[in-house]
Formats: sequence, structure tokens, C-alpha cells
Amino acid sequence: MKNVICITCPKGCHLTVDEDNGYAVAGNSCPRGAEYGKNELQHPVRVITSTVRITGAAGPRLPVKTDRPLPKEKMFQCMELLNGITAQAPVHVGQVLAANILDTDVNIVASKSM
Amino acid sequence: MKYDLVIIGGGPAGLSAANAAWEDGCRSICIVERDRELGGILNQCIHNGFGLHYFKEELTGPEYAGRFIEKLKGTGVDVRLDAMVLDITADKQVHIVSTAGGYEVLEAKAVVLAMGCRERTRGAIAIPGTRPAGIFTAGAAQRYLNIEGYMVGRRVVILGSGDIGLIMARRMTLEGAKVLACVEVMPYSGGLTRNIVQCLNDFDIPLYLSHTITDIQGKDRVERVVVSEVGPDRRPIPGTEMTFDCDTVLLSVGLIPENELSRSAGVEMDARTNGPKVFENMETSIPGVFACGNVLHVHDLVDFVTAEAARAGKAAAACCAGGRKAPERVIEVKNGNLVGYTVPQRIRADTDFKAVDVFFRVRAICGASRIVVTDSTGTQIAAFKRERMAPGEMENIKLPRVLLEKAQGDLTVSVEED
Amino acid sequence: MYDVTIVGCGVVGASLAYTLSRYDLRVLVLERENDVAMGTTKANSAIVHAGYDPAHGTLMARLNIRGSEMMEGLCRDLSVKYKRVGSFVLAFDEEQKAHLEQLYRNGVENGVPGMELLDGARARELEPALADNVCGALYAPSAAIIDPWGLCIAEAETAVRNGVTLKLRSGVTGVEDRGDSLLLHTASGDYETRYVLNCAGGWSHEICAMTGQQEWEAYPSRGEYYLLDKSSGNLVSRVIFQCPTAAGKGVLLSPTVHGNLIVGPNAHHVADPSDKKTTLAGLDEVAAVSRKSVPGVDLRQSIRNFSGVRAETSEPDFIIRPAKAMPRMLHVAGIKSPGLSSAPAIAEYAVKLLAEMGVKLTEKAGWDGKRRQVRFKELPETEKAALVARDPRYGRVICRCETITEGEILDAIHSPIPPCSVDGIKRRAGAGMGRCQGGFCGPRVLDILARELKCTPLDVLQDGDGTFILTAETKGGAKA
Repeated sequence: MKNVICITCPKGCHLTVDEDNGYAVAGNSCPRGAEYGKNELQHPVRVITSTVRITGAAGPRLPVKTDRPLPKEKMFQCMELLNGITAQAPVHVGQVLAANILDTDVNIVASKSM
Repeated sequence: MKYDLVIIGGGPAGLSAANAAWEDGCRSICIVERDRELGGILNQCIHNGFGLHYFKEELTGPEYAGRFIEKLKGTGVDVRLDAMVLDITADKQVHIVSTAGGYEVLEAKAVVLAMGCRERTRGAIAIPGTRPAGIFTAGAAQRYLNIEGYMVGRRVVILGSGDIGLIMARRMTLEGAKVLACVEVMPYSGGLTRNIVQCLNDFDIPLYLSHTITDIQGKDRVERVVVSEVGPDRRPIPGTEMTFDCDTVLLSVGLIPENELSRSAGVEMDARTNGPKVFENMETSIPGVFACGNVLHVHDLVDFVTAEAARAGKAAAACCAGGRKAPERVIEVKNGNLVGYTVPQRIRADTDFKAVDVFFRVRAICGASRIVVTDSTGTQIAAFKRERMAPGEMENIKLPRVLLEKAQGDLTVSVEED
Repeated sequence: MYDVTIVGCGVVGASLAYTLSRYDLRVLVLERENDVAMGTTKANSAIVHAGYDPAHGTLMARLNIRGSEMMEGLCRDLSVKYKRVGSFVLAFDEEQKAHLEQLYRNGVENGVPGMELLDGARARELEPALADNVCGALYAPSAAIIDPWGLCIAEAETAVRNGVTLKLRSGVTGVEDRGDSLLLHTASGDYETRYVLNCAGGWSHEICAMTGQQEWEAYPSRGEYYLLDKSSGNLVSRVIFQCPTAAGKGVLLSPTVHGNLIVGPNAHHVADPSDKKTTLAGLDEVAAVSRKSVPGVDLRQSIRNFSGVRAETSEPDFIIRPAKAMPRMLHVAGIKSPGLSSAPAIAEYAVKLLAEMGVKLTEKAGWDGKRRQVRFKELPETEKAALVARDPRYGRVICRCETITEGEILDAIHSPIPPCSVDGIKRRAGAGMGRCQGGFCGPRVLDILARELKCTPLDVLQDGDGTFILTAETKGGAKA
């Protein structure tokens, strides 16, 4: 039995996950919590939010995010990858800046129009 | 220059108020914003967690602001960027200055105060030690990192476990710094639990509860800090000192509503919130002057700011349209057991509303409990069950008109633990 | 070859530079730090004392009175903030009341104008925030509050404008006696000069030692302060002292020229004049003692703590005399309280001594001792509008808390002594002095400095050399 705090929404439900019992989850207030509890112990994932360089815009940085959660162990590799991206204004919110990064189906998208 | 409505601040509160006022028919609106773009503090909040209530989506700060900025583009609301409000008079003259427009006086029928808040500083909590470079409030550091593109340090100790401190712990770590500790003076964290997980636990950053920084050392730049445990009186316990070699201290020790302009206009203030006292429609003690967002009381969720500001915008539009009668009955709303404050602080009983949303914060962590609303005779008007409440999570209850009509005298909102 | 070289550009050195700049002399000022006013000058109570405190017959007494007389006119000429608010010294018992009477008599002997001895009731009438057990007060209407670093900067700038050479980052490491001149070895090179003025403040004993003979012991004394938000700025209208002791004038409360309330200092000896930290015990001590005078002072309204180190020495009076082992060096040392109050008079006196030592004082034609400074927020509305219309850079407010515009910050950067740090801007234009302590304006000031000084933001300093603010670009970019 493991204790896990769900991060899917600000409620932060305290979950218990039984890894010996098909990763059954208790303590969740919604189905997303059950999903989270199951995954967190087996393949933890995180949405990464960060910035990349941008030229031709009012400021030097463009906020970006992964459009879906990335395997947690690839977090710092993702940051390295972002270091190498320089966007060029104009950029629209949601625009894909890098697709299928690090052998995943995760894309880096702009979170602001600049 | 004349406007029906002048809105001070183009952050989430100002944007929502403007959109709501326009939607309700006000056609002469001006937002005055000191930064070079709209969006306020959301521009630097590049993390997600915004909009779960309002949009049922998890957005980053800029995305959330972007939705309202886009909506605003479809209106005829005037926006003055890079413009600072110098003064607001009691008769709603707004004095502004900008390089583009020079010194201008905007005459308004209604004003919405949406100036947000500032961060509490080292001086306000009197941390002893030297005064080297490398000490930042978390928000100032966030601006450098996310907007200007600069790192503020390599080895960091963060004081304060509110959301801003936690978010910066993760942000600094992802950008290559080493965050040595998050230090919190209270016995519990002020931030969302999910942030403890994804900002501290994910990176093995220790959280020291009931601790504080008792000395900052370093000649030109921070070199180390001393952290001590504190007792129930929040004073350091001798003999518990730990030393951290670091070059940066981030302070996340509280937000203070920025009400200098409100005070100079003569708006009645609430010492508990450090913001104006308002009626249920967000109107302050000066008729036609409304307040919403962090300038009114510090929020945790921007979704609540949006809703509150929409109320203010609607009320401001109604005010401009005219035809308001003076209220006959005002109900004061008081804070009772375990409740720190309420917004609104007063309700005009005979105006046209279906229900009043009352927002408040508890003074301590509460387990299973009931929020109880009583009138001046002690009669219980309403009660609401809660599993858990914390000072770091603003609460709200809805009081339907029919219940308010039954109440005698003033109301008290209190919490009774089971 | 310089005629006179001033070592140290605090308020004493700057006053000397200003005074000497009137004459046809080659004057050099050597300052160790990257800006002027970096020592005690920027960390004191900011008071121009009336002059009843120093014992009659001392140099301190004479120069305090003369300085106090000169200060208002000087500040007006130089556009430095000054306000004559008056002061009270409080008595809490009969013994202290007797002490007040002594101070009064000493003040009369010294020539302090307009003093009165008040009873407790009258004192509380004039200052309602005073404690109930105040049984008497010495009132000195001629006491004033001032901007001490503002005075130093204004005097130094005006001196430079009138031909004085200022070299920053030029700490003196040795002095050689060449007979008819002195050779100063400094961090920026060697300088030959006929005469030297030792105005090195807390380090003047080090300069003295370089002559080959240590003449006094240094006993640096550190005092800690609270600076309260402007909302507490009118808690009292005058400077409120308690009875002085051997350790000094004690904890005071006073309005400041910027509208804040200053509370402090305590006084404790430190080993090193650069030990300017604040301590929990010290701040608690200041808090407790200040509440005796004004029980209602709310220290939660504090926006900043700081400490300053006074140049106390083994001698009781100011040390203004030629160095024993090198008579071409004139010590202007041991300038503890009332040093700030006396500064213009110290300069006047020291220049007279220089003349006696052989310096020829011929007035310089075209000397302009006046200085103007634009302060946007102090202008009436019509003048604000006209200023912005004339120069739109005054239309961008950078420091929200203090209403300081980009135009004023640019004025500071393009002044005769250009600052290279965020705090240098703060001391000149005032940006960052307010309740958010630079949280909002800091990044903007840094950006303007980088742009105007044509350097990268990574090079912009907080204050002295080594106080870098930013460490690298994000995204693995350039490092500082």
C-alpha cells in the first residue's frame, strides 16, 4: 500500500494505491484520480511548463508547455531540448514548436501568442 | 477625457471586469495598465493550474489571460498600456501619466479598482543579517526568469511554502539551480498540496515546517543562511540552527493588496484584508467605485478572481446606466469563530440579487466542520458541511435572498469543528 | 601633481571637495568603493542636531552649531531634502529631568537657539504619541532632518562639475613622504599630491597607520535601525530622543525627509568597521527601547532594517589636525555624531587649516555652487504635465511606490558621478526606497542601467563591486 497525493487538480486528494492488488486506488474524488494513482506508481508522468528563446517579439522568452504529460524521468532531457529551441515571432498560442519529443507522442506548444 | 468606466489594472481582474461591463451594455470603458501588455501577473505565471473551474481545462497563466485578452479584442474597450495611475479622487477623476499620452485626467462615472498586490519584503519580517545581493521576493525572481530570461542564482533557499515559493522551487530547479530547502514558519504549508508533490517531492527538496531563516550571511552576495526551528510563539529555538551554503534567498512570505490609490481616494479599508470594504456587488464605500481581485483580498485561484471581477464589472455597468436607489437596509457581515474575514463585508438587503456569494478564509486548519451563518439574535440562518478547510484555500458559500430576508440585524460567519 | 587629495568620499570628503572646488586648486578625491556615500554616510539617523549635546569647548560643539547654521542654505543651493522639524530629549524621572537641565545649560553655552524645557503635559500636547510617563522634555526647534547620502552626492557632483577629479575604486594602500609632496599608492595607480585630507571615516585609522605612526585606536560602533512605512511617518512630528548616555544619543524615533519613520539606533562595538549586519538581539533591543518613548510604535510596519558603523575612536573629540609623522596629511577623522550635522563646518574649518599649512586659496572665477534636481512627484499638476509634454521620458513611472519616472532615473545615470548599481540609482533618484523595496521597479531599473551603460544585465550590480544580481541567462545561456 502506498500513499500518494493526487496532483490532477487543486483538491489534492490523499490516495492509497495497492500495488499488490492491480494498483487499486482509494481516496479519489473523481475517475481522473484513480487513473493518476495507478499511473503514478508505475509510469509517473508530468506536464512540463517552461520557456524558450524567441526572436522578433517584444520580449526574449516565450512560455511553452508539453501538450500532454511526459514520462517523469525525461523531465531534464526535455529541459535540455528546450534550451536548443529558438522560436521566431509571430507565434500563436497552441502552435507546435517541437513534435513527438524524446521518443514520445508529446509536443512542445506555445502557451502565449507573441 | 471622459469615460463611463475606468478600470485600474489590466490583469485577470481588470480584464474580466471590462468584458463583463461591455457585455452588460457599457460602451465607454478604458483599462489603464502600467505594464506594456495586458495580462498582469499571469504573464509570468507560466506554470499550469489555472482555469480548472472556469474553463474546465488546465491552462497556464498566459493561456488563461490570453482567453480574456482575445475576448477583449472583440469589444471597443480602450486600453492604455505603459500608463501609471497617479491618483484617484473621491469624485472619480483618474490622473494618469504615460510617455504616449502625457499627463491626463480621465473623468469617470464609475471606477473599478483592480491593481492587484505586492509582495511582502525582508524588511517587513525583519530577517537579521547582512544585506548582500541575492535576496529576491519570489515574484521578482519569477519575472527575471520567465519574462526577462535570467537566472537569479545557483544555490537557493526559499523562505515560505505558499504556492509562489513552491512554484519557484520547481522553476529554479528545472532551469539548473540547486534548491537546498523550502523553509516555512508555520506548522503547515500555505500552498496547495499538489504543489508540495510536484514542486518539492519530485525534486527531493526538503520542506522544513516550523522553521525560519534567522540570519543571512555574505559580504557582497549571499553566502549562507542560518535556519532555526521556531516555537509556538514563532520565535527561534536556540540550539536548532542549521546552516545552508547558498547564494540566493527567495522570499515567499505573503502578498499585500496594493491599495495606495484606494486610500488616497478615501475608500474605507478593512484592516483584516488590507483591502477595501465592499458590498455584495463589489462596490466600496464610495458610490461608483468598485474593487475586485487581489486588491480586494488576496486570492488563491484566478477563477474566483474572474467571477468576482465580473460581478464588479456588471455592477459598474449598471451604475453607469443609472437609476440606482439608495439602499435602505445594510447588513454587516462579521467574522466569527475560526473565520479571519469575509468578502463582502456588507450586504444591501433590498437590492436585486438572487443570492450573495460570501468568501472567507479560516484562521487555522479545520477537519470535518460546519460553516454556520447566524444573525444578530443568534438564530442560525444557514449551515454548510466541509470535510477540510485550510487558511491557504479561500472558501465560499452562497446565501440565497430568501434566507437573508429572514435574518435580523447583522450576520456572523463562523466555523464549528465536529 | 595635485594640490590637495581627499581620501574618502563620504559626506565629510564630499563637503571638503565642494568647499575646495571654489578655489583655483587641482583637487583629487580618491574613493575606495564604486560610488560615493558608501560608508556611514548612507547608514545613519539622518539628523542635523541642534548642538546642545557636545561638551562646550570641544571642536564637536563648535562645528555642530556652525554646521547646523549652514545646512539649510546649503541644502537649498544643492536641491537636497532638508526639514527643520525640531527635537525633544525626553526625561522619564527626576534624575533625567536634571540631566535635561544640564543639556539645556550646555546648549546655551554652545549657542543653540530657541531651546525650551517643557513639562510632560506640554510635551504630550505637542506630541500625542509620547508615553504617559514622560515627565519632561528639552525642546530644540533648530534640529532638522536631512537626506545624508543626497547631501554627499550633491556636494560631490557639484565639486566634479567645478573641476574636481573623482576616482572611484581607488582605495589607498600606502603613502610615501617625498618631502615637498606625498605619493599615494592606490588600487587605480599612484597619485602625487602636495597635501592629503584623511576623510576615510571608519577606516581613517588605517590611513593614519600608513604615515608610519598610529595616533589613535579605532572603536567602530554599530547601530541598528528600523525604517517604517510612510503610514507611520507622522506618528511623531519631531525627532524624539531619550537622555544620552556614554554610549551615545540612544534610540530615537524621527520622521525622515522621505516621509518614513526611522527608529534606532543601538550602539555596540564591533571589531571591523565593515561589519554592518543586523542582529535579532539588536533589533529586539531597539524595539524595546523605542517603545519607552512611543509605546504605540508598530514595528510590523517596518519596510527595512539596516545598520551603520560610527567612526568612534580613543579620542573624545573630532580628530582634525596634521598627521604627526607626515604633516602634509591633515586628519579629518573620528567623525562620529554630530559628524553629519557638522560636515559643512568641518569642511570650512579644515580648509582654514589647509590655508595655515600653506595652501593658496584663490577664488575660482565661474564657480557654480548650485545644483538642481527634478523630482516629478513633488511638482504641482500643471508642472508635471508640462514636464512630460517637454520630455516624454518623465511620463513613464518606473518606481510605483515612490512615483519615480524614467526621466529622473536617466538624470541620475547621466549625472557627473554616474551610478553603476541599482542602489546607486536608489540613492540618487529614490527608485526602490518604497514599501515594495524594489520588488516591482528592480528589474526595470536594471534594464535601464544595462541599456544606458551599454553593458549586459549580467554585469549590473546591486550596490558595491561583487554584488551581482543575475547569474546567467536561462535556457543554458551566457553566464555572469
